[in-house]
Amino acid sequence: MYFDVIISGFGGQGILFMGNLLAHAAMLEGKNVTYMPAYGPEMRGGAANCTVVVADEEIGSPVIYHPHTAIVMNRPSLYKFGPRLLRGGLLVVNSSLVDPAEVIYKGINLLFVPANDLAREAGDDRLGNMAALGALITKTGVVRLQSLTDALSEVIQKKYRDLLPVNIKCLEKGATYVKNLKSQI
Amino acid sequence: MRKTEAVYNRKLVKGNEAIALGAIAAGCRFYAGYPITPQNEIPEFMAGRMPAVGGTFIQAESEIAAISMVMGAAATGARAMTSSSSPGISLKQEAISYMAGSEIPCVVVNVCRSGPGLGGISASQGDYFQATRGGGHGDYRTFVLAPHSVQESYDLTMLAFDIADRYRTPVLVLSDAVLGQMKEPVYLRGYKGREIRKPWALTGAKGRKARYLKSLYLNEGELTARNWKLFRKYRRMEKEIRYEMYLTEDAEAIVVAFGCAARILKTSIQMARTKGMRVGMFRPISLFPFPSQALAAISNRVNRFLVCELNTGQMVEDVRLAVKPGATVESCLCPGYIPTPNELFREIKKRYLASNP
Repeated sequence: MYFDVIISGFGGQGILFMGNLLAHAAMLEGKNVTYMPAYGPEMRGGAANCTVVVADEEIGSPVIYHPHTAIVMNRPSLYKFGPRLLRGGLLVVNSSLVDPAEVIYKGINLLFVPANDLAREAGDDRLGNMAALGALITKTGVVRLQSLTDALSEVIQKKYRDLLPVNIKCLEKGATYVKNLKSQI
Repeated sequence: MRKTEAVYNRKLVKGNEAIALGAIAAGCRFYAGYPITPQNEIPEFMAGRMPAVGGTFIQAESEIAAISMVMGAAATGARAMTSSSSPGISLKQEAISYMAGSEIPCVVVNVCRSGPGLGGISASQGDYFQATRGGGHGDYRTFVLAPHSVQESYDLTMLAFDIADRYRTPVLVLSDAVLGQMKEPVYLRGYKGREIRKPWALTGAKGRKARYLKSLYLNEGELTARNWKLFRKYRRMEKEIRYEMYLTEDAEAIVVAFGCAARILKTSIQMARTKGMRVGMFRPISLFPFPSQALAAISNRVNRFLVCELNTGQMVEDVRLAVKPGATVESCLCPGYIPTPNELFREIKKRYLASNP
């Protein structure tokens, strides 16, 4: 099994936290995993992205240029990573902030998730990252939802402990959203 | 992977944190450093952990002060370490030379960034020459270990302390911005080595003969004898040579790379393999002493080598010196940026097809 994803958005959306959480969940499942934060001057300029690779075998490069999967949480990320996606890959688009009409790439699978709206319904619209992550893992099966919630309680900082339930709720909200899409088809 | 080990003490940490964890596990109880990107997680971790294990953490006023403090602590027999990134490592060279000359063991970590000068903060292997040719003034070398994963960052840091003490020499751990910043699960298996006695340490001469640790030799013949002694020691260190052979058994062409370049290349080589190209990789783990004999042995049956490094061509010189006459050594060079697996795959393919039309 091999899976890679680039997660991208702006600073403050919890992009690196998404990557960390996914990596942690994969580790709890006994898989090999690498997490690589975007590393460069852009780190200080507002854009944020990270790359996570999950595999049963030894992982080679932690740096991926053409990913199998990408989550774009805002518009600039769509333009940066949309064209780089591998043919047949999966692009998860935060349709709360990105107009689906702008997504014009051919030969890839699209999943539109209104991440911020789902998070608002779950009780905290800052947690769109969790809704998007819940959607991703439900669509791809890369890790189980239970592993993510287990990882969450290990990764989350002590001072944010009280936000644990609403984070879990947002993960579930994203997961349910994708399940309902499937049942419609 | 054994199921029991999957959950046993596995932690998701950055390469930099793994280095600090390895140092603490190996009994490092003195750390001094000065902040610089991309290695700041090391002093940050040390600042939190050292007091808890009864050690000393000092944020020094400069890189030079930090390595000088390490020299002092190590002279008393303590396991001591400093870390920095390229420009900071340049500043430390004077003291490293003194420690090599005085045979004071220590561990120096270089989480390499790009240069020259302040350069940039992205990963680079531009310090290969500095690391493997001594770095400072005088006729000396340091043992150099180059990890290519977070696990190796932990394991090789522990080994660095053992080699430093065994040979009474500064040991350099050469990491880079990719390895320092990336996270991977690491098995914290703990320190399996053994701290050895240090009958040379300066511990207070009351009731015993005075000891000297010095690098100044003015009497006729003394310095020559000293330099030959160091030279013989560097030859003895060849026992500690380490390298990895990756898919080399049936290989018709060998890529030579270390550190993060080797890591990225593993994916490029897998891509080449799926296209039927018989390519393997030779990865030096100890950069000095360089695994020349192992490489020479491979060149008995393979005569095409491609050296890939994040600089304008440094390790390629060691490879050319190592392989048998008649072998071709080409290079693929990426100074100042991080190549992608696809890009390096194209480089491999281009050359492979040129020789196998």
